[in-house]
Amino acid sequence: MSHLLEVRNLRKHYQKGGGILASSGKGERFAAVDDVSFFVTPGETFAIVGESGCGKTTLARMILRLIEPDEGKVLFEGTDLLGLSPKDMRTYRRQMQMIFQDPFASLNPRMKVGEIVAEPLAVHEPQLPRTGRRAKAAEILQRVGLGKDALPRYPHEFSGGQRQRIGIARALILKPKLVVADEPVSALDVSVGAQVLLLLRELQAELGLTYVFISHSLPVVAQIATHIAVMRAGQFVESGPAETILTAPDADYTMELLAAVPQLPRNPVL
Amino acid sequence: MDELLRIHMLTVELPTTAGWVRPVNEVTLCIAPGEALGLVGESGSGKTMLSLAMMGLLPPGARVSGEAFLNTADGQPKNLTNLNEPEWREVRGREIAMIFQEPMTSLNPVLRIGTQIEEAVWAHEPGLPRSVVNRRVIAALEQAAMPEPEVRAKQFPHQLSGGLRQRAMIAMALAARPKLLIADEPTTALDVTVQKQILELLDRLRREMDLGLLFITHDLGVVAQVAERVAVMYAGRVVEEGPASDVLMRPLHPYTQGLLAASPTLVRGKLTPIPGTVPQLTELSPGCAFVPRCTYRRAECERGVPEFRPAQSGHAARCVLL
Repeated sequence: MSHLLEVRNLRKHYQKGGGILASSGKGERFAAVDDVSFFVTPGETFAIVGESGCGKTTLARMILRLIEPDEGKVLFEGTDLLGLSPKDMRTYRRQMQMIFQDPFASLNPRMKVGEIVAEPLAVHEPQLPRTGRRAKAAEILQRVGLGKDALPRYPHEFSGGQRQRIGIARALILKPKLVVADEPVSALDVSVGAQVLLLLRELQAELGLTYVFISHSLPVVAQIATHIAVMRAGQFVESGPAETILTAPDADYTMELLAAVPQLPRNPVL
Repeated sequence: MDELLRIHMLTVELPTTAGWVRPVNEVTLCIAPGEALGLVGESGSGKTMLSLAMMGLLPPGARVSGEAFLNTADGQPKNLTNLNEPEWREVRGREIAMIFQEPMTSLNPVLRIGTQIEEAVWAHEPGLPRSVVNRRVIAALEQAAMPEPEVRAKQFPHQLSGGLRQRAMIAMALAARPKLLIADEPTTALDVTVQKQILELLDRLRREMDLGLLFITHDLGVVAQVAERVAVMYAGRVVEEGPASDVLMRPLHPYTQGLLAASPTLVRGKLTPIPGTVPQLTELSPGCAFVPRCTYRRAECERGVPEFRPAQSGHAARCVLL
């Protein structure tokens, strides 16, 4: 079986403490991501679940080289991204895009939605004329449920859920193979978060996307993941098919996380 | 009066450039002593504005009508809708206390935890000798199940984890022994394992101190853990109210049903979103505010806001389908 993405022995250290307010000398080194390895096959949704500070966001960003790892390999279709020059990296970057948590902070408030969504095309397909960019932007906006009348408007005119759709449109306009989604629904209302989760599922089936899905929420992950890795203190505690992790976990920590999820009454009459 | 708090037809209006809006619209609710009422709603439902009205912390320019009677320690009910600032200072902290989602924004970053709790005690009992106050500070931290209370009292907020900060907030809120605690999304910023501890702590304190609890959340799972009764708010109005188990097991209002169906659980594939988005308060139709998103809508829904219709004991909803 071929892997779309493979991560080998990835590590990232930071200095703890330190800084101008530190009481004594240098802080100790601590591992945000500590020797993590996994692979993702095409079409699957690989979820990384953990509590705050476990290193899941650092790991997600290292996959896209938004943070440079200290050690390890990130192989995309067999090519080690960490060895690539910035120019070569650019050709790979268009195949791997990111969706962010905060739909308010991640869109430039001074740009029109059409420009925001089409911007990746301006970078990766500069030969494409403006009308072509606009047509593609309109098409992808339509696909995420917004329609082309969104093009000339500004982000502040949209609700949180709509902004997240804009973020998704921007991530998908280059037709990437891999999408790294970092807490894409945790800033949204429940009713709207469910819409975005279903949209992500539909887009995956339609466009053959592969997701790395970062979340703190096991119920959210349960809706979308095919594979779940549970992360704690920079390491994977447990990793396996979603069904196994959710119903028959091995690690005590996974059981603890599952037990702490506030449960709704079973089978409400709707 | 038997209730601790009786809110009747409370309306809060705020001026905007598009005219007056009503984030809280004719809300009627009761909380008995020692009772936990869960107030559920999404952003813009008015749940936070309602709680700020109960604390006298509404933004300047807000117009309030209706009544909110609080049964105070001296046995004389006070109407919270017409207190002046000196009267509010008697109520705030002493009768009603509040904890917020992000404890770091409510704690003073340059004062030690103990000092901040001291202030809360002294604000209401200025004559208390220092030795007594010190004991009260440690007792308050112990009550909030703060590990190593003597050590923590000397620390600054940034030295505490999110969960411990929320315990410090709870200690501070309860130091003056209020009868009502308003908790506005107190666990939303916390990890799920820490959330569980804080929810258990609040439940224990409520029982031990006979504390009325108004618990505000968007999370139905959380409300199922803490609340005995639940009120669901949508676009400023309470649309359903009843015993927690009834509301969550046999929801009456299409919005409550929709919220339940849209809440992710550990079981895959049962997710049904509510179409559309929460309406702007400036663009409400004269009828039921949920009409544009409701799958059961009929012509009569748009004619006027439905009255509360009871289903069974203590369970009612504003829907023409009942």
